[in-house]
Amino acid sequence: MKILATYNIKGGVGKTAAAVNLSHLAAADGLRVLIADLDPQAAASFLFRVRPRVKGGGAALIRGSRELDKAIKGTDFDGLDLLPADFTFRNLDLILDDTKKPTQRLARLLRPLRASYDMVFLDCPPGISLLSEAVLRAADVVLAPIIPTTLSVRTLDQLTEFIDGLDGHRPEILAFCSMIDRRKRLHKQIAEELPAERKDVAATAIPALSLIEQMAVRRAPVTAFAPRSEAARSYARLWAEVRARAG
Amino acid sequence: MSADLHNFTYMNGDQQVPAAVREALAPLYSVVPFRRTRTCRRTWLDTFDWRLHRAGLTLESVTGRGPAELVLSGTAGERITAAANGTRWPALAGALPSGPLRDRLEGLTEFRALLPAAKAASTVSEFRLCNDDGKTVAWLTVEQLHAATPAAADLPPRLSVTPVRGYQGQAERIARCLAAQPGLLPDGLPALDAVLATGGLAPGEYTNKIDVELSATMPARLALAAVLLRLLDTLEANVGGTVRDIDTEFLHDLRVSVRRTRTALKLGAGLLPDGLAAQYQPAFKWLGDLTTPTRDLDVHLLTFGAGAAGLTSARPDDLAPFHRYLTQRRAAEQDRLARALRSARFTALITAWRGALDGLTAPRQGPDAAQAAAKIIGRAHRRVLRQGRAITADSPPEDLHDLRKRCKELRYALEFFASLYDPAAHRRAVRELKGLQDCLGTYQDCQVQEEEIRVIATEMLAAGDVPATALLAMGDLASHIGQRERQARGEFASRFAAFASRPARQRFRALVAGAGS
Repeated sequence: MKILATYNIKGGVGKTAAAVNLSHLAAADGLRVLIADLDPQAAASFLFRVRPRVKGGGAALIRGSRELDKAIKGTDFDGLDLLPADFTFRNLDLILDDTKKPTQRLARLLRPLRASYDMVFLDCPPGISLLSEAVLRAADVVLAPIIPTTLSVRTLDQLTEFIDGLDGHRPEILAFCSMIDRRKRLHKQIAEELPAERKDVAATAIPALSLIEQMAVRRAPVTAFAPRSEAARSYARLWAEVRARAG
Repeated sequence: MSADLHNFTYMNGDQQVPAAVREALAPLYSVVPFRRTRTCRRTWLDTFDWRLHRAGLTLESVTGRGPAELVLSGTAGERITAAANGTRWPALAGALPSGPLRDRLEGLTEFRALLPAAKAASTVSEFRLCNDDGKTVAWLTVEQLHAATPAAADLPPRLSVTPVRGYQGQAERIARCLAAQPGLLPDGLPALDAVLATGGLAPGEYTNKIDVELSATMPARLALAAVLLRLLDTLEANVGGTVRDIDTEFLHDLRVSVRRTRTALKLGAGLLPDGLAAQYQPAFKWLGDLTTPTRDLDVHLLTFGAGAAGLTSARPDDLAPFHRYLTQRRAAEQDRLARALRSARFTALITAWRGALDGLTAPRQGPDAAQAAAKIIGRAHRRVLRQGRAITADSPPEDLHDLRKRCKELRYALEFFASLYDPAAHRRAVRELKGLQDCLGTYQDCQVQEEEIRVIATEMLAAGDVPATALLAMGDLASHIGQRERQARGEFASRFAAFASRPARQRFRALVAGAGS
């Protein structure tokens, strides 16, 4: 079972859109996939039309893997399940802090799912916190969307430094340019140059397209409701890179 | 999607969801067509001993307009699909296209091939049952099945509600609503069961266990006849698969049935009419001997990968000529075995044996089943203890081989009369015996394999064209087998001591004395 986390210190960069579309493509490829919505904003749950509610909240979930198993919902897509968010996830840092070895807790909770899933996507809230450290310790690959600006590239460097500073298990980073506005010269330039300069940046960039925003209206992955669109094709190219990297 | 939760037969129906059903669901759920009505061929696959069914799984090959698709679904909501890629059945799970479906099946099916259990043509309409968020909480399937195998028959339309994981409660509410509709008959069989029922069959029917229900007070002769008839059924059930060489376990089960029959004839000879056991013992010995060469080669080939992986001084590839030799010899032996199982001699034996068993009647006087079981099992137990105690560190291998045979006789005797005993105590007795049997089995199997490698090496050398690396690798293999053999020999004393300990003996005596209580 491979664990992929869509994560960035910065918010609003296309993490959830990537997690939702990539998990849909992974399931369509025949993998058994779980997407875990760890963000209390519950955007991934909303996009899959699943109510953001977990019995017992985040505390029950962190306590034991049985609760986690019971909380999982099937999506409308074959092979793709979702662990919905819950509003109490805003306190996951505090809940984790109350456990033994909090940064290893998530990895331990996910371990029993190995028999049921080939791939787990963790859709994480932004920021650097105890939860993000637990996510980084659990993940095999961190998918980091970056908006091609100088500041965002700096954020990627910060993330890389943070991961390099972790003891023990360190995930691989695969960043990708996201929300590219083709009218902006700087966006185009960075999106072209960055993958050539850095091995940890995917060749595929995800453009800023209104169809991706339409996901919130259609409440489905763009790869499902407009599979031939440019947006879906971009995610398919990204998925091919992710799959090759995740092995 | 998970496995069917609620099935309904749908009298006088067509491919549509009845308006009354839509209306009944309307306050809470909308019925949304998923895709156009399609026609496909469904072939349900399982191993001969129903390993998938027993694990709560259903595997189907579904062929519609496009290429065939394999669909594995489980009662726990599991569903994995994969392209069939032209797989021809029967097939071992290892021959399926690589991916999660193959990974899930390989460990479960082991050496057993997947083969068609039932076939039907199907016209299916699928609908989503959505809540007010537009989220699918269950699938509604309307299906018309035209069974083709095991028998041709048109089945009444079926309506199934399948919950989406995490929405079981809502699916149950939907099912309750449907159950209240006129024209829908709840608790219809799952599709596979319904198709199998056309031929009077049910999933999970085959087992190589001796599952006869005996009563303690029935005449012992009739109890033994029931066991022997059950063994004959198992033997016959495995002839076709052995002749067609579908997988190695058909021969294994056939062979075990023969061995059990021979043991029953030996231990229960006195319960049968005069001369009957003596008449059939040579015939079943012939049959048993016939199966030995192919089975020995099967064991070699089934353990080949593990043996090759454990080589120390040679490379696994060096064993390729040995593997080729084994495969060729197995093909020749299998051919000989198949011819014998198609022969008039075999047919005559089976027909006459069934006739003899069917004709058995209770004698005017004689022991009941519990008395006979106590005598047979008690005697077999005492023999094992006597022969086991006589074994010392200097005993020749033949003594251990003989003891292994006595252990097998005791094991079979326990299995014949299992239904007379307390299940937990019986399981424990078998487990304690099995510990000893495993040790003796490893010891003898290793000896046989070592000796065979020596003989085959000589044959290969005599035939010429064998590279020195292959002979060296075979030597390496034999040396590893020798190590395992010595280890098993070293473990014997403690295994036997555990089996022959006073508490174990007391438990055994208590078990045998408690028949039918």
